[in-house]
Amino acid sequence: MLLDGLRDAGYGLIGPMRRDGAIVFDEIDGVADLPRGWTDEQEGGRYRLRERSDGAFFGFAHGPESLKRHLHVPHQELWRAERRDGGLDIVQVAPEAPRRAFIGARACDIHAVAIQDRVLTGGAYADPHYAARRRDVFIVAVNCGEPGGTCFCASMDAGPRATGGFDIALTELMDGGRHDLLLEPGSEAGRALLATLPAREASEADRKAAAAVTDTANRKMGRRLDAARAREMLSRVPEHPRWEEVADRCLSCGNCTQVCPTCFCTTEVDSSDLAVSTASRARQWDSCFTLDFSMLHGGPVRHSTRARYRQWMTHKLATWHEQFGTAGCVGCGRCITWCPVGIDITEETAAMTAREETP
Amino acid sequence: MRKPRLAVWKFASCDGCQLSLLDLEDELLAVADALDIAYFVEASRATAPGPYDLSLVEGSITTPHDAERIRAVRRKSRHLVTIGACATAGGIQALRNFADVREFAAAVYARPEYIDSLATSTPIAAHVPVDYELHGCPINKRQLLEVVSAFLAGRRPAVSSESVCMECKRRGNVCVMVAGGAACLGPVTHAGCGALCPACDRGCYGCYGPKETPNAPSLSHWLRGLGMDGRDLRRVYRTFNAGAEAFRQESDRHDG
Ligand code: SF4
Ligand code: SF4
Ligand code: SF4
Repeated sequence: MLLDGLRDAGYGLIGPMRRDGAIVFDEIDGVADLPRGWTDEQEGGRYRLRERSDGAFFGFAHGPESLKRHLHVPHQELWRAERRDGGLDIVQVAPEAPRRAFIGARACDIHAVAIQDRVLTGGAYADPHYAARRRDVFIVAVNCGEPGGTCFCASMDAGPRATGGFDIALTELMDGGRHDLLLEPGSEAGRALLATLPAREASEADRKAAAAVTDTANRKMGRRLDAARAREMLSRVPEHPRWEEVADRCLSCGNCTQVCPTCFCTTEVDSSDLAVSTASRARQWDSCFTLDFSMLHGGPVRHSTRARYRQWMTHKLATWHEQFGTAGCVGCGRCITWCPVGIDITEETAAMTAREETP
Repeated sequence: MRKPRLAVWKFASCDGCQLSLLDLEDELLAVADALDIAYFVEASRATAPGPYDLSLVEGSITTPHDAERIRAVRRKSRHLVTIGACATAGGIQALRNFADVREFAAAVYARPEYIDSLATSTPIAAHVPVDYELHGCPINKRQLLEVVSAFLAGRRPAVSSESVCMECKRRGNVCVMVAGGAACLGPVTHAGCGALCPACDRGCYGCYGPKETPNAPSLSHWLRGLGMDGRDLRRVYRTFNAGAEAFRQESDRHDG
């Protein structure tokens, strides 16, 4: 009913759905597309779907996809140039502004959107493409009841309960054999939509049950990270031996940055046609793990994998603060699950702090 | 202005890469407009003598005769670009580098004494200076178009040497290794195919050869955990790019 209301209001729906052995975040038609009765098992470098018997709608953590794919798209043409009558016509590619509702966004991912807002639109030069895609967004949050084995949002103050940045927040209540959804408005638009739904007023008991859902999630969180310690420590340990050890395992494949909902780096790709009469510039997701990323004249600045991993982790947990005022990590755990060799930012942090104390 | 003259050469190879040029159906006329196709026997018996502005070279060097011929091609070519796994890494035929080619010849040919071939299959760059290498088995025709377009515009081709994983994630594939436990060479393999196999629920076979900074030992360690033994590991690295240094070394580390 909620989804119908959103569709009637002209929103395209993006929500969780099962595809290719994972739950991805993609276009859905309605409730029937939700991965009802499925859950996921997540560990470093490992993800498996499992059926669950209780028919929960949102009984899983999250897959590789976040809102990033839809707001800060993997590939974006920026402008085209055409030779005409001896001159050059330059055509800007107009930003697209689809009206979309995101169903089932987790607290961590909503925090990540706030971080990307700051990075991409917070400075003097806002990114028009991101801004346009971001503008007409309706967010239906899900308070997380089923954190994954690699999650640590609680350590990053980014979950499991959604505290802002949504239009409606939903908690799935299944205590005592019932199956209800508790809906809370987070914006005027959310309130207006809720008013159209034939729902009963939530009781005190319902609210308690909802709080219990996220409390349990908090306890079940698969990983922890001492964010304050990490931030403070990382600025002091550029030569820690652990960097070399993690570099022995790291494939510099870039998966961690591609699945990370806050990583925003892109590279520009130029092309021209055979007649050299039209050219185009596009940007696409890049990663601080590629060699080209730090290429200056003469060569890449971060040639070793050690330097690249150090750059990534230090930026996520420490230098992001100086640059943008928060950590660059929301504790979603995707970089751990989707690393092909299971490298774990929480384990690396813990190992470094431990060995810093007892060298 | 004179059109740049193009030549396409074949050495030990299957022709698949030069066919990519003919396979550019929609752009073929534009290619012929932009370049004077002076030598391309796969397409036309009419050939014009050199020098050529751009030579595309397919195939590896496996005979004494070809080792001479590539030098002649180089002398006639202002720019020489090698295309495909054979030309850039020795191709599947570089499997001979790990064995005794005379035994192969004896097993295959009734009169092996007619066969005059080298003990190894080597990439073009092992014989003459190469201006640019385009990887893949076969090459991606879009990338070939990009290399030719870049040559005509005098700019650097937009061909990245990052991992297949980068393309895989941009494309939105679900990782077949993490979610399915499949063996995938994507993290050590040069991008270019657009993560074709993972998009079809298969692990990457490494057709584009080693990427810029491959860490094959770490991947092999993980693949062992997924159930591969030494023989499997030796084999996954010994395919079309068996002769590429990082894959050759890694295959040698595992017992057959
Ligand atoms: S660094 Fe890892 S855990 Fe943190 S937000 Fe990015 S993907 Fe999630
Ligand atoms: S940490 Fe993992 S996902 Fe990230 S670049 Fe290294 S191997 Fe790839
Ligand atoms: S399927 Fe293969 S290429 Fe794609 S991300 Fe996974 S390991 Fe990399």
